[in-house]
Amino acid sequence: MNVEDINICILRIEGTNNEQEMYLAFKRLGAKPELVHLKQLTGEVAEAGRRDLFDYQCLMIPGGFSSGDYVRAGAILAARMKSAMKDDLTKFAEAGYPIGGICNGFQVLVELGLLPAFDEIMTDCPEACLTTNDSARFECRPTLLRHENKGNCVFTGRIPEKDILLMPSAHAEGKIIFPPQERGRHLQRLIDNDQVVFRYVSPEGDYAGYPWNPNGSVYNIAGICNPEGNVFGMMPHPERVFFGHQHPDWTRTNKENGDGRAIFVSVLEYIRGKF
Amino acid sequence: MEIDVTISLKKGVADPEGANTKKALNLLGFDDVVDVKSMKTFRIEMDIEDEKKARAEVEEMCKKLLANPVIQNYTIEIR
Repeated sequence: MNVEDINICILRIEGTNNEQEMYLAFKRLGAKPELVHLKQLTGEVAEAGRRDLFDYQCLMIPGGFSSGDYVRAGAILAARMKSAMKDDLTKFAEAGYPIGGICNGFQVLVELGLLPAFDEIMTDCPEACLTTNDSARFECRPTLLRHENKGNCVFTGRIPEKDILLMPSAHAEGKIIFPPQERGRHLQRLIDNDQVVFRYVSPEGDYAGYPWNPNGSVYNIAGICNPEGNVFGMMPHPERVFFGHQHPDWTRTNKENGDGRAIFVSVLEYIRGKF
Repeated sequence: MEIDVTISLKKGVADPEGANTKKALNLLGFDDVVDVKSMKTFRIEMDIEDEKKARAEVEEMCKKLLANPVIQNYTIEIR
């Protein structure tokens, strides 16, 4: 399928943000993104505004503070999605269509049970949690990520393994943890299934602690995908570094493209090849 | 009927909010404080008479939204 025919659903509700940057990232690459309110997908609006998830080839959940991050980050949006469109989401993911979540969107995917989703496409209960940073503060600054995926994740196909990319982090709840008694086993499964996508590193490329790992995430994890590779979530914001001049050192480098661009290029390439 | 649902962190899960509050209390001179745990209570008002039914429904609320079983426990108390 041609890139100009690829429809991208960028989900929004009260409190999402960065959806404009995400919209522009896809638009600038020639695809057809659309900002879609959750109610348009669940049919709670007038006929003309209704949308079907299967009108799109990709679902993106942007960052922000959906529903004020009340209860837990991402929990309310996840619960609303699950109650109204659980079957659609399962079918969508099962068909191989990509689902991406950035920052708050990652929290939503984990709360939904679409990540890490070890044994089924979407689990009834969450298997992990993105919880309060070790610092108990909102951590907002550029972070360095090493791409660790060996080719499973459809959102990073264009990024060479071991490449170190700069993307800004901005979150208070980004520390991924597993049930205490399952911690070792879950982590091993992530590694064995090639589900680890990005890990925080220092400028030397070490898996360093704070401040390089802004939240205390286990195994320095910044982003993961499901075992099939088509559902992907990450805490840092690729849409905020689409151009080279969005990098903090842009005056000293001559980068035309920002490090985040490859995420959007990769997923479009995957859709073009598969559908 | 009013029901209190209290969400607390499971044993072994880090509680930075509690830890930071403890530190602040110690700095304020409350030297006897040895541990602080943060919890969250939702007071839910329901138009329902049957206590058993209410409890079952609140249980369902905890599973669907209020608690993440990976890190949190919940207690339900009918007031």
